[in-house]
Amino acid sequence: MYAAIIVLTVMGAGLGLGLGYAARVFRVEADPIVERIAAKLPGSQCGQCGYPGCAPAAEAIAKGEAAVTCCPPGGLVLAEQLAEIMGVELDRSAVRDADPGIAWVEESICIGCVKCLRVCPTDAIVGAPKMIHAVLPEACSGCTKCIDICPTEALRMRPIEVTLRTWRWHRPEGETRPEAAHV
Amino acid sequence: MFRLFGIRGGVHPEEHKHPTASRPIETLPLPERLCVPLAQHIGAPAEAVVKIGQRVLRGQLIGSGQGRVSAPVHAPASGKVVAVDDLPAPHPSGLPVLSVVIEPDGAQDDADHPVPSDPLAMAPEAIADFVSRAGIVGLGGAAFPSAVKLNLGLSGGAHTLIINGGECEPYLTCDDRLMRERAEAVIDGVRIMRHASGAEVALIGIEDNKPSAIEAMRQAAAGDDAVQVVAVPTRYPMGSEKQMVQALTGREIPAGKLSAQLGVVLHNVGTAYAVHRALRQGRPLVSRIVTVGGGAVREPRNFEVPIGTPLKALFDACGGFAETPDRVLMGGPMMGQWMPSLEVPVVKGTSGVIALTAAEVRKHPVQPCIRCSRCVEACPVGLLPLEMASRIRKSDYDAAGKLGLTDCIACGSCSWVCPSNIPLVHFFNFAKGELVARRAAEERTSGLRELAEKRQVRLEKEARIKAEKAAQRKRERQARAEAKAAAEREAKKQAREEQKQEEEA
Repeated sequence: MYAAIIVLTVMGAGLGLGLGYAARVFRVEADPIVERIAAKLPGSQCGQCGYPGCAPAAEAIAKGEAAVTCCPPGGLVLAEQLAEIMGVELDRSAVRDADPGIAWVEESICIGCVKCLRVCPTDAIVGAPKMIHAVLPEACSGCTKCIDICPTEALRMRPIEVTLRTWRWHRPEGETRPEAAHV
Repeated sequence: MFRLFGIRGGVHPEEHKHPTASRPIETLPLPERLCVPLAQHIGAPAEAVVKIGQRVLRGQLIGSGQGRVSAPVHAPASGKVVAVDDLPAPHPSGLPVLSVVIEPDGAQDDADHPVPSDPLAMAPEAIADFVSRAGIVGLGGAAFPSAVKLNLGLSGGAHTLIINGGECEPYLTCDDRLMRERAEAVIDGVRIMRHASGAEVALIGIEDNKPSAIEAMRQAAAGDDAVQVVAVPTRYPMGSEKQMVQALTGREIPAGKLSAQLGVVLHNVGTAYAVHRALRQGRPLVSRIVTVGGGAVREPRNFEVPIGTPLKALFDACGGFAETPDRVLMGGPMMGQWMPSLEVPVVKGTSGVIALTAAEVRKHPVQPCIRCSRCVEACPVGLLPLEMASRIRKSDYDAAGKLGLTDCIACGSCSWVCPSNIPLVHFFNFAKGELVARRAAEERTSGLRELAEKRQVRLEKEARIKAEKAAQRKRERQARAEAKAAAEREAKKQAREEQKQEEEA
């Protein structure tokens, strides 16, 4: 009887240690490409890509189910980065809007309902009940969640204003972007 | 004899300097209105410190510098402040810039600025402080705050101060005339700057197409071993910082580094003159010498102009236009910027305003690149313009960046030599902007991600606090209920006892 106990104990301990060792050495990492993609996405969970949030979208992009151009707030820059991570050729014409734009409040119709404050993923809207709200332009991700929820359509999108500091040289005349040809 | 070193590439555009080089600097009559932008320099814009309706004196502070890299702005004439408003900037975009508008009253009363008795006996930091308060920026065109550069030289242990009198751009003669007419003052400014930057020697590099200026400067600097005037060969872009440093010291500024890291600081001759004026005469930077040139101008000449003068006043003083200009540029024809209107003002970095005729502007149709590599030979930085342009055509800006796009000094030599008239430097300016915009967009996205994460943390915390509070309320309710039950039990017990006592009684 003692022999059986000893054999089983030794086997149990040996197999347990073996399994523990194997679990550490042969550990399968979570797909690193998903993490790399998730790190590039805006993280505002706006859902404009058709997925419930940025993490599911990252998984879908990694699997190839979603296009690298699916994120409107990220714009062309993000699409290019994702294309590089995924190693795919980027179809620039599929980028819906290179400039995601930002939200602003039409103050004459804002009723101060605070609905937009609650949905803003980056806390870019300031306000209080029965007070006119305002958007902090540098914190707005352009996700349009507030546009959809506003009961009076006081929130609108507009392109980011060009100033002397953000002005850039345009492309030389007569030199159209090659990707614009098939838009 | 001073040993010179060669520079790479370069071109020889026609100089067009003779119409203005022979005429002395004239003073421009005060215009009706002066528009003084508060952002005339690289760095943070100044903040207005005057109110509408207030009378200001010439040299009075109207905008105070903000932060470390910035410069204050002073009133160019005595008069009344009539507006502080967004007005078109002297910039190709014509976008607005906050400006102070002054109506001069002609009295030209000067604001009182104390002058040190001997600048050369002062601590170098104190000189830099003076230079900073006088609003002096690099007058060669880049308009980088000069005090920051002086301090950079001092902290980096600079051994050589280079004063740039290259003036390699065609048409421009403002530095040439300044050196010819006011050599003593320039040399005095150079001595003060050499002291302030802690350099052992000051080298003044002047292109050899300006013999009178070289002669005048040599005479003014005679007997001072620490200040040497050196004639450098005439070749565009000799007046660029990197090329001037290389020609005089033989050392090439490595990619992405500053000349200060090689122990060299470089300033323009106009800046040296402004330093002299600030420390010897107590005059902040409120005027500068501007070349008004180009084939469309009836009588081109050099003017000493108050900052804020509209370009139109300059051309009017030259007898107007002989023919309608094809374009008006601020700066030289190689690197100058196209001006959206003649209402924009002269700023601290305006070395010249050039009105070019259609004949002077080469406008030939762009043809395909024939890979003749003339642009490679012309590039003073040693880049491959044709290769970079082909990448940029395909919108592959990162590839262009890897070919050294960010080291391009935008001198325009490649565009100038291109037999196919390809606007190479325009491609590079465009692509540099794209790279900057990309970096900004990336930073913005990562900032937004952080905000979203912080919000998530906040929401979780709020939910936790809410749950805790609910649990506490529940506990309290239970405790209250228990206490109530206990009290009732106690009351019943007492009632029973009382009843018993009554019965016993």
